[in-house]
Formats: sequence, C-alpha cells, structure tokens
Amino acid sequence: MDNFTVGVVVFPGSNCDRDVAWALEGCLDIRTKYLWHESSDLSDVDAIVLPGGFSYGDYLRCGAIARFSPLINALDEFVKSGKRVLGICNGFQILTESGFLPGALVANKNLNFICDDVELDIVSSKGGWFNNGDEKHTIKLPIAHGEGRYHCDSDTLKKLVDNELIALRYKNNPNGSSFDIAGITNEKGNVLGLMPHPERACDETIGGTDGLFTLKSLILK
Amino acid sequence: MDQFAVKVFVKLRPSVLDPAGEATKSASIKLGAEGIKSLRIGKIIEVKIEGNGENEVRAKIDLLCDRLFANTVIEDYEYSLEKL
Repeated sequence: MDNFTVGVVVFPGSNCDRDVAWALEGCLDIRTKYLWHESSDLSDVDAIVLPGGFSYGDYLRCGAIARFSPLINALDEFVKSGKRVLGICNGFQILTESGFLPGALVANKNLNFICDDVELDIVSSKGGWFNNGDEKHTIKLPIAHGEGRYHCDSDTLKKLVDNELIALRYKNNPNGSSFDIAGITNEKGNVLGLMPHPERACDETIGGTDGLFTLKSLILK
Repeated sequence: MDQFAVKVFVKLRPSVLDPAGEATKSASIKLGAEGIKSLRIGKIIEVKIEGNGENEVRAKIDLLCDRLFANTVIEDYEYSLEKL
C-alpha cells in the first residue's frame, strides 16, 4: 500500500489539480502523480482523479472536448479492471460526456455561478466512497459551478434509484438538479462523479474535513 | 471531390429547462415585445467539408453530430446541407 499512487489528470484549463494533490499528499500521505491529458499510459497509477476546472475552456459543452483526449480513451480499460476513478466537478462533467456515468450536467437553474458550502445526504454506500462507519449521514462540502444541474430522463433516474447509484443528494437543491442529485456512481461502484469538491474540505482550518473520507477511499480495493 | 456547406442546429431537448432562454424571454418582455410564448436558445455550427458525394458527407456529419456537436442526452440536432 505504501506505493499506492493516485494519478491526478491535468487538462488544459484544469484548476483544481494542485488542490487534489495537496489534499492527498499533505492531508492523507497518499502519493500522487500528475498525468498530462495526452498520456495514455496508466500503468503506474492505482486510482485516478479527474479534477475540477474548465478543461479546454468548457468549449462546446463542459467536458465535451476532454472526452477525446488520449487519457480518457485509455480510461475504459482502467475502469473495467475495477480500479477507482473519482471525477470532481468538471471531472464529473467529463465522466458523463464520455459515457462512464449516465445523464448530463447543464446550466444552473438560476444561471448563477454558485460558490457555497452545501449540506449533502449520503444516499448509497456503493463503492464505499462515503460510508464512514459512524451514524453521520449528512456531510458538508463546498460547491463552485455554473453548470452543475444534473439532468437525466425518467428511465435513467429509475435505474439510478433502483440500483442504488445515487451517492449524494443536496439537502437544499441549489441548482435545480433532477432528484436533488449531487453525485452518482457506476453500477460496479468504482467510478464516482460529484459536483461538490471534497478536496476543499480536508482541513479544519479551511472549513471542515468532510471531504477526507472520499479521497481516502481512493485506496480501497 | 465535392465541397459542401453544412449548417448544424443544436438545441436543448424540449424536456430540458433552458434558463438562458427564460432569462432572455424575460428581457424581451421588458423591452416591450408582446406575445412571446416561448424562447429557447440553441447553437449553429457551420462546417465546410469535402467528400465524394452527398451520402458520404451526410455520414460524416451524422457521426460528428451524434458524437461531438450534440450531447443527445440533453440536445437534439438537425442540419441543412448545400453543395458549393
């Protein structure tokens, strides 16, 4: 486990890559490696984080261009092998655009860019991303997005509910997301996408530690 | 090789709320325009493309629309094609 390495993907326009590496290295003592988006060699990383930001300037649609990078092309095999992938904010948008997770993220209902702390209900323990073994079923994490309104059709929503793929729901829906959805997993549970930023909640002095568990769970098998 | 001018129209599906369209509708009413029942905003993508005939070009544009220009989870597309 000492050699466990988390790959932090860097796209042109990523801006939370260093925050993620700081949280993993500084707060959790987990080794990280930056992966440039043009790399397709994932052989020396054990888990991957797609960080927040504005990959490719959010041109066309958020995450739409990043989907065609060599790294995302190589991700399919990585995910199939059962290794863990965490997509935060723009990373979540990339995961939906590339079909690793269902649905899409569109402009917030009120058109505002929302930068705030939000209360979230932990809905599913699939993948063990949030199930921290105590009775705490609500966490508080920061959000910072203009296009974070989760949208899917009613059939997809039914599948998400029936298969326990909804990981997090907003207590007070800030952006108009369907069914208050803030984060979802794939069926296997090894891919999580969420709009809130766990890496910004890893130290008491900057507003809380509710994000630590999610980042720490990257090392779960 | 023939050259074609293609205009692709991408719009949000009717079931997807368009907050930018709603805001623009509200501003239109403030401007004094009457009778606006609905206003939705889409995108136009203009492409000049070469190919061996219309069918080949249509196949290329279909692929581009389906995989890149539109996200069919939230958007519909249509296009017009003109031989240059």
